[in-house]
Amino acid sequence: MAPILAIAIGALFGTGLYLMLRRSLVKLVLGLSFLAHGANLLIFGVGGLVEGHPPIVAEGETVLVPPYADPLPQALILTAIVISFAVTAFALVLVYRARESLGSDDLDDLGGTRT
Amino acid sequence: MKSLVLQTTTRLFEPLFLVFSLFLLLRGHHEPGGGFVGGLVAASAFVLRALAFDVASARRQLRIDPQRLIGIGLAVALASAFVSVGEGLPFMTGVWSGNVGTPLVFDAGVYVTVVGVVLTIVFGMAEET
Amino acid sequence: MTLLPALPIVIPLATAAMCLATAASRRVQRRLALAGSSAQLVASIALLATVRSEGIQVLEVGSWAPPFGISLVADLLSASMTVITAIIGLATVVYSLQSMDANRERFGYYAILQVLLMGVSGSFLTGDAFNLFVWFEVMLMSSFVLLALGGEQEQLEGALTYVTINLFSSALFLSGAALLYGAVGTLNLADAAERLRGGNVPVYIEGALAMLFLTCFGIKAAIFPLFFWLPGSYHTPPIAVTAVFAGLLTKVGVYALVRFFTLVFPGHGVDVHGILVWLAGFTMVTGVLGAAAQSDVRRILSFHIVSQIGYMVMGLALATPLALAGTVFYLIHHILVKTNLFFVSGIVARMQGGYELSRVGGFASKPVVAGLFLIPALSLAGIPPLSGFFAKLALVKAGIEIESYGIVAAALGTSLLTLYSMTKIWNEAFWKAVPDGIAAPRSAGGIGLMLLPSIVLASLTVAIGLGAGWLFALSIDASSQLLDPRAYVDAVLGSRR
Repeated sequence: MAPILAIAIGALFGTGLYLMLRRSLVKLVLGLSFLAHGANLLIFGVGGLVEGHPPIVAEGETVLVPPYADPLPQALILTAIVISFAVTAFALVLVYRARESLGSDDLDDLGGTRT
Repeated sequence: MKSLVLQTTTRLFEPLFLVFSLFLLLRGHHEPGGGFVGGLVAASAFVLRALAFDVASARRQLRIDPQRLIGIGLAVALASAFVSVGEGLPFMTGVWSGNVGTPLVFDAGVYVTVVGVVLTIVFGMAEET
Repeated sequence: MTLLPALPIVIPLATAAMCLATAASRRVQRRLALAGSSAQLVASIALLATVRSEGIQVLEVGSWAPPFGISLVADLLSASMTVITAIIGLATVVYSLQSMDANRERFGYYAILQVLLMGVSGSFLTGDAFNLFVWFEVMLMSSFVLLALGGEQEQLEGALTYVTINLFSSALFLSGAALLYGAVGTLNLADAAERLRGGNVPVYIEGALAMLFLTCFGIKAAIFPLFFWLPGSYHTPPIAVTAVFAGLLTKVGVYALVRFFTLVFPGHGVDVHGILVWLAGFTMVTGVLGAAAQSDVRRILSFHIVSQIGYMVMGLALATPLALAGTVFYLIHHILVKTNLFFVSGIVARMQGGYELSRVGGFASKPVVAGLFLIPALSLAGIPPLSGFFAKLALVKAGIEIESYGIVAAALGTSLLTLYSMTKIWNEAFWKAVPDGIAAPRSAGGIGLMLLPSIVLASLTVAIGLGAGWLFALSIDASSQLLDPRAYVDAVLGSRR
């Protein structure tokens, strides 16, 4: 399972970077989301892949019985997903506004801030 | 796009969504659930209305500006975190009296904040186009 | 400790929540922001005083013992940084009262500014790698909104650059945090430092982790070669926003670099410091050369932020007690001076109507504004007896002590070029006669609230210069805390080890 996950993470990062290097603004946002997904999957992967129970103490027990899934990566991923949700929403609105005022979604048409 | 089927279903499902969201909020006490998912479900009720009718009608139904909800939710969550300081325990420690405690208040604050944030984003984007 | 280390985070949050919840009028929001920022300043000073007298303060949030829960840790560096954050926050709120337009104020400018301050303070105080990521995001989200608020085309373009590069760096940070967790099984910085020191992690993994963090914090701090986004976006929003960004945001990146490369990766396995020396030198030189080519005051000052970051990284790279003390001193001095320079350029623009050097002139007849510019400008260039002189003196002396003459030469040369750059602004805006077709500067009447924070910051710069001994003693103490991570680890993990 781990090699498949590793390939998936690599593919997500690669796709994200490729999309970010394109000139289209929409692809830029898509690329950023891919990167965020790749990072989330990476957290999932480093948490260790075990076939176990959810990390909830069963009725009548006082401690978790192994094997159980590491709960921390899930909490981290949830947080990261929420953040990337908000950030993506903002980026989409920003790109939409930029397209409205620029009349194009080509990054090469941006000129005002070139240094 | 005004679809009669969607509009009728919306009327039917909206209360259900809201009740279910409260169920999720309370269930989060011991089992999977909690303020965040509860808030998302509650917000989706209003998003559904915005899709079936229009944003103005969803705003009317919400009665309160979603941006204010963010503030109110944050204030409630923050207030719950201070209770433990009064008892001499570190900030944000859960204080319980029987089965009810400050984590529930905190979760309720999260619930309200999530509704506010999601609706601010969705309404804002829907009105943009 | 039950509350104090959390206050610099909680107070701005409460202020923002109140601004939003009451949907208050502009007038009420202004008062709330003023009250909130003042309270934050008082709380931060109280925190610094406690840390100074009682040592490192740790708050186990929610009574969850480290390394399982999130701890807020205030050592001298963190506490000093929160104080300076609160000072800049309050100054910016006051400055905004007269410089911010009504539309932005109505949209919730003050609430978002408070969230930004919360994110900055949170980043300084947290003792947990993932929590640091969350604070970074809080800070970034609010800075995105502040940057794009108003939606002028130039602003949107600046925001696009800024948002893209920062999200990229966030993805790197997240991956770094993930791999750190995979390698050592903890995200608590003190615990991670302890386990990495134990030597169970292969050196190539430690090296890869260090490089990931170096890259993502390097982007945030705008060090060479990752600085290009900064001069491309900082000049676009209203001047009060630029001023608070210039003062605080890049410095959070520098702080994160200092924290990680003194505590978590102090250079046992990989020689990060050897790389940092080169980066510091290039950052100084490219920044100051970039400034020489510009003619918009805000762009000149933006490039100077980059070059000044080089000095702070230089102290970290040399990593002697004196050098790190220089970094701490430099951070504090730079935040005050840089914010003030943007404040003054805003005042000049308000009185004559522009940031372009060819379109301003004749300010020599305005002694107050001229004085307000001269103090931070000379301090930036490092003229005694102002604060910048002592900051640079410490760094240069540290460089000579360990015979790193290359970086010392770069620092001195950059200092000279900084003086040249400041002279350019002085000649054009102040010494030169009013250009043809441009009205003479208006009187400073009616912008008293823009002058006030600038005067206060300028006085602080002078005070730091005259009373350098006191601040320097603080910096030395902060630096010895940084160089001895044992105390930090002990304070966080305590008897649990």
